[in-house]
Amino acid sequence: MEKMIDLNGKSYSVVPEVGTIQQLLEHLGLGDRILIVEKNKEILQKDYYDAPIMDRDQIEIIHFVGGG
Amino acid sequence: MSSKYSRQELFAPIGLVGQQRIREAKVFVLGAGALGSSGAEMLVRAGVGELTIVDRDILEWTNLHRQQLYTEQDVINQLPKAIAAESRLRAINSDVKVRGIVADVTPENVLELFEGHQFILDGTDNIETRLLANDAALQLGIPFFMGACVGSYGLTFPIGVKEGSPCLHCLLEALPPQSLTCDTVGVISPIVVTTAARQTAELLKCITGATMEPRLESVDLWTGERAAMNVQSMKKPGCPSCSDTPVYPYLSANEVMRTAVLCGRDTVQLTWPKNRQVELIPFAESIRDIVSNLKQNPYLVSCEYNDHRLVLFRDGRMLVHGTKDITAARKIVAGLLG
Repeated sequence: MEKMIDLNGKSYSVVPEVGTIQQLLEHLGLGDRILIVEKNKEILQKDYYDAPIMDRDQIEIIHFVGGG
Repeated sequence: MSSKYSRQELFAPIGLVGQQRIREAKVFVLGAGALGSSGAEMLVRAGVGELTIVDRDILEWTNLHRQQLYTEQDVINQLPKAIAAESRLRAINSDVKVRGIVADVTPENVLELFEGHQFILDGTDNIETRLLANDAALQLGIPFFMGACVGSYGLTFPIGVKEGSPCLHCLLEALPPQSLTCDTVGVISPIVVTTAARQTAELLKCITGATMEPRLESVDLWTGERAAMNVQSMKKPGCPSCSDTPVYPYLSANEVMRTAVLCGRDTVQLTWPKNRQVELIPFAESIRDIVSNLKQNPYLVSCEYNDHRLVLFRDGRMLVHGTKDITAARKIVAGLLG
């Protein structure tokens, strides 16, 4: 079943191939970035990026960039 | 209520007391590019007491769409950004003691530059310099308001605003192999102004004594995505930059010639060790016959050489335009200087 999550404040439909946070990051093209992930208001340490994504999860991702 | 700052004083969280604190504040703006221009203008209009703005670069046509302090004439005059910024900021508000400094911020000079200021606004364009500023600000105990943006995306994070809060080094376990820059993905002016506005609002809150939180925020103005997290739990007890026994690793000076590829441009910067002073006039005379389009002003000498534009600053830095290849840039400079 298709999962709907809240991603950075917007509704986001998770494709079936994406089951974990790590897979989501790769799907979004953020796999090799320096970033911080929050899942349901808790900051997720890197060791937990294999955590499964559940329907209606609230996920926030902030990646670092160089410019300015 | 006819004072220059009456509408700001009417804003209850600032009030007359807050305005007086703003009036007494000494602020350092690190970089006079896009974020630095925008933040410095807001701070000068707000009426801070003193503002120092430092930048290593000269103006280019590609800066004007987003670097709000500058005009076409500044580019034609090939002014250093710090000089053009100083002049514009003084014209905006004569109450403020504004000082522009043309310099590259390095491990050797960063502490001296920051000293005497109470707040630092990030207007730099790369993560390495942010980590250097993070170390220096922590050592001196000065709050540092980080901001970064590319494309339509920006993020902000205040450092040193709350006892026991994490620093930038805590958040960045490792430097990314290559971070996104204005050079690779471009940048639009609205995200510059938004990011600078968030940094400046946090800085003004801190000046006025508001309760601060270590909040990391991001926004993408094109997609409408946004995120905000309190990152207190990311404080690392053993952080080399902010633990109880810090070693400030980014302050360790590098004695060899440093090189950097500048954000947003096809340009390499070469810096001679210890920022040695260079005599510009003899230098200009010595190359007059082998270069074309030689120009000089009190701050720099510029010329064309082998299809590249070169700019030499008094403090021993040379910009090589038209390449991103550090080895090629070294070769071009070696070809000229022998």
